[in-house]
Amino acid sequence: TKQEILMAHKIFSELQDRENGPYSSRVSMEKIHTLPELKSNPFRKRICHVFSTSDMKDGSLSFEDFLDLLSAFSDSATLEIKSHYAFRIFDFDDDGTLDARDLEKLVNSLTGETDDTRLTGEEMRQLISNILEESDIDKDGTVNLSEFQHVISRSPDFVSSFKIVL
Amino acid sequence: MPRHKLIASESDGKDNEFSLYYVEVEENSQGGQEKQTTRDGKRRRERNGEVSRRRASEKRTTEVDNKRAKKKHEKRHKTARKEGEKHEKRQRRKNADEEEAEEESNKDKKNIKNERTKTLKRDDEKEKDVKKKRKKHVKNEEDSANFEKTKQKDCHDMPLKEKKKKRKKPETTSESESKSESESESDSAPESKDNQAVGVLGSLTPEELEKLKEAVDERKKLIATMRGKPWPMKKKLVVLRSSCVLQRQETLLIISFLYYSNCQKWMKFQRDFENFKTACIPWEMKIKEIESHFGSSVASYFIFLRWMYGINMILFGLTFGLVMVPEALMGKPYGSIPRKTVPREEEASAMNFAVLWDFGGYAKYSVLFYGYYNSQRAIGWLKFRLPLSYFLVGVGTVAYSYMVVIRTMARNANEEGGGDDTSFNFSWKTFTSWDYLIGNPETADNKFASITTSFKEAIVEEQESRKDDNIHLTRFLRVLANFLVLCCLAGSGYLIYFVVRRSQKFALLGLESYGWWERNEVNMVMSLLGMFCPMLFDVISTLENYHPRVALQWQLGRIFALFLGNLYTFIIALMDAIQLKRAEEEIVKKNMTIWQANLYNGTVPDNSTAPPTTVHPADIPRGPCWETMVGQEFVRLIISDTMTTYITLIIGDFLRAVLVRFLNNCWCWDLEYGFPSYSEFDVSGNVLGLIFNQGMIWMGAFYAPCLPALNLLRLHVSMYLQCWAVMCCNVPQERVFKASGSNNFYMAMLLVILFLSTLPAIYTIVSIPPSFDCGPFSGKTRMFDVIQETLESDFPAWFGKVFSYASNPGLVLPFLLLLVLAIYYLQSTSKTYKRVNMELKKKLQTQNEENKKKNKLAALKAANELEQARKAGETRSSSSQHTQNSEPPVSSTHTTTRPPASRGHTSSGHLPGHPQQPQKNSHSNRR
Repeated sequence: TKQEILMAHKIFSELQDRENGPYSSRVSMEKIHTLPELKSNPFRKRICHVFSTSDMKDGSLSFEDFLDLLSAFSDSATLEIKSHYAFRIFDFDDDGTLDARDLEKLVNSLTGETDDTRLTGEEMRQLISNILEESDIDKDGTVNLSEFQHVISRSPDFVSSFKIVL
Repeated sequence: MPRHKLIASESDGKDNEFSLYYVEVEENSQGGQEKQTTRDGKRRRERNGEVSRRRASEKRTTEVDNKRAKKKHEKRHKTARKEGEKHEKRQRRKNADEEEAEEESNKDKKNIKNERTKTLKRDDEKEKDVKKKRKKHVKNEEDSANFEKTKQKDCHDMPLKEKKKKRKKPETTSESESKSESESESDSAPESKDNQAVGVLGSLTPEELEKLKEAVDERKKLIATMRGKPWPMKKKLVVLRSSCVLQRQETLLIISFLYYSNCQKWMKFQRDFENFKTACIPWEMKIKEIESHFGSSVASYFIFLRWMYGINMILFGLTFGLVMVPEALMGKPYGSIPRKTVPREEEASAMNFAVLWDFGGYAKYSVLFYGYYNSQRAIGWLKFRLPLSYFLVGVGTVAYSYMVVIRTMARNANEEGGGDDTSFNFSWKTFTSWDYLIGNPETADNKFASITTSFKEAIVEEQESRKDDNIHLTRFLRVLANFLVLCCLAGSGYLIYFVVRRSQKFALLGLESYGWWERNEVNMVMSLLGMFCPMLFDVISTLENYHPRVALQWQLGRIFALFLGNLYTFIIALMDAIQLKRAEEEIVKKNMTIWQANLYNGTVPDNSTAPPTTVHPADIPRGPCWETMVGQEFVRLIISDTMTTYITLIIGDFLRAVLVRFLNNCWCWDLEYGFPSYSEFDVSGNVLGLIFNQGMIWMGAFYAPCLPALNLLRLHVSMYLQCWAVMCCNVPQERVFKASGSNNFYMAMLLVILFLSTLPAIYTIVSIPPSFDCGPFSGKTRMFDVIQETLESDFPAWFGKVFSYASNPGLVLPFLLLLVLAIYYLQSTSKTYKRVNMELKKKLQTQNEENKKKNKLAALKAANELEQARKAGETRSSSSQHTQNSEPPVSSTHTTTRPPASRGHTSSGHLPGHPQQPQKNSHSNRR
């Protein structure tokens, strides 16, 4: 709605003001990450990269990108949109499929940076093979977008958890 | 064309809403007109199609013109009219030939006369506008007189000439405008020669409008579809712009003309209304904030609390509006009859705070409790049937609660849909376990830990499912644990029973001789049991070695059983008390007659005419009102329960957090992560507390109408208190259990509680006779007699007869049977649906497998072929053939990865096998 957009713009321009140096329409990734909503998100870098339209691939966001981000994470976005973005966020090497390496990175970022919460190699291998067994329908060793959406659409609480409220 | 202008001028003269209506009317009427004139219209329309577009751009300039004209020449208008009248006769001849031409079209237009009359007023206004405008430009009086004359005619036969005037007006104006040198007339000059064309032009606008509307609709659709696509904003903007360029003229026109003037207003209003609605939802921001800090499960508790608050609001509205207020306003005032007066022996202490806190004294003899209400059939000038209303409100609250709970359950069940598919356990854990709402680093750390543990658990479970070890030991431990829990439950039940009995003994001897503990023993014991038993259960459940989720459910079930057992022992003890009170009542009744006889004996000799009512109502002996006692007990229970909740919240959470935070610096171990740490927010325990509280409300509300109000207060306070406590001194749980899955679990518990709490209430209403001297049903043998009474006295006789027929067993039993049959039928159909669903799912899965195999085979074949082709290519060493041969296999390997793209897009309703089937067949055929 209008109010939400205005609020987003306020936040965005605040971020812009903190940006020192030449005035630009983009806000760098680091600034975006100072938002409390994204501060502790393990995927914050990925989120910025996915939504950024910058040519430099530095993850900086323009206001349109920022709005994009918020709308994808809002309540009114459909499951399809959400799962699409989720897939792109999880696709760490941007090759359009989730392969074993993507999954490993994903699991690692889910379990945190510290060593004591990390899974051991054995567990990791087991986990990834289980995931692939479940969701890799065509058995090509990767999860592609439609497989991913198929899995996600069955999940009861994806929509409720995949959102960010400013 | 001038008509088009007229519309525009109208719309800037009046406000925007008006102009929309106006345009619509115009459209309607001219739509009819169009049909008639299509024959000659079509030709012209084609010619004028391009002109109309130009017109759009002109519109603005003419609008400005009109405005100017209006302001300047309003005064001149009157004098001009007089002049016109002078010249009327002279001009009549000139008009004659013009009128002839018009009469043809008049015939056509007669059909739409009715619609036309609607717009009469507007036409008049428009006319004036035109006139003003015209007068600005026109110097020769011919035209003005001409116009005036036609107007005069119109006054005579308005409906018929209306159209004529319409025709003429444009014509005259266009003529005049062409004479004057305003820039807007350059286009219309050629057309002004052709009178007919001008008329037809007007009929063109609705079609054009429709076209434009379509364009706008298309745009809307475009935007809607775009919203459903995961494109970045830039792309969306580009697409929007391109569509803009394509239809720039139309869209711009329509946007300035229709859409933005009126629809936008409406849309703005709608949007504001939406905002207003969201702003009206109480505590939305608070809950959002909590959600962002603690994840969705904690927020679900607060949403549940809010829902509960809403229900209680309605219950409170019912009891307050239909029972308490009428009695307080229209019933007999305090002190008029015995049941509304504090008895003499209690009067001294009736205002003491301790007594009032216990809901004795004045509080006991007030609208808050059952006993205060009078059994008078109708009260006040409204003839309000209070006893009936009391009874119906009691039934209505319960019925409403059932309805709401069941409806919510059904909705939740619908939403869940096919979510209970466990085939994607691991994938869900990885893909959907992160709660993006978490914005607190500590919470995030916890979440990391919980995700890790859940992964590990899942892996272990996976391994465990393949082997099972030492089943006997775990079985033994589980049995032992259950045994222990049962012991706990029985012990707590006995303790409560014992305490209640003891308190009755105290009550019989008089409360004054005992201290605070004796008076509040029952409530304290119940609260303490409710506090400590769950901890005990928690310890016991570690014996069982269940999966955490299962363990949680067991835990919930046990706490549930504990609360329920406590509640029911309490009720049974209360029943005993009721029996005691009733025995007492019998004695009092006997004494009453004796006392009355004495009174008569004492007064009659003194003064035979004076009635014996000189006795102050406080002195009249009265029976112990068991209903009030029950109500009092429930109110006390609620109060003490609330107090314990708040106190544990403050001590257990707040003080602990304070201690941990400030002592951490000077302590020998890390308090924040060591033993005491911060407390977690216990969602399930809190929800259970809430549910039981509600159960008590339902049970006691009949005897103490104030209970919903109290509960409302409690919920309100706990909303703020718990929000604050959660935000300032809790850490989220490590073991998060998902909100959506457990929602119906809570609801089911609520339903069970509702049922169990209505049982005793219904039992007391149906089987125990009400007290003889207090409450709205005093003097009746049963409480529901009030309905019969109403039927007999307030409704006509036939209604009572019908009712008695309808309620005889011969009719009721078949009806019940029918209901049961219907339920059975519906259930069996739903079962079959489910089975069919399952079968379909299975079919899909097998098809999937088959497809996979086929794909694999195809891929293998393709690979082989590739190999062969390569070999062949090598042997021949001709590069051209090589590429030719290798081409099909490449495409085939491509298809093997493609098929899933066509499936699994949305929910479960897709057919995975179908799309790629033909492809593959063609593929194999090719090979």
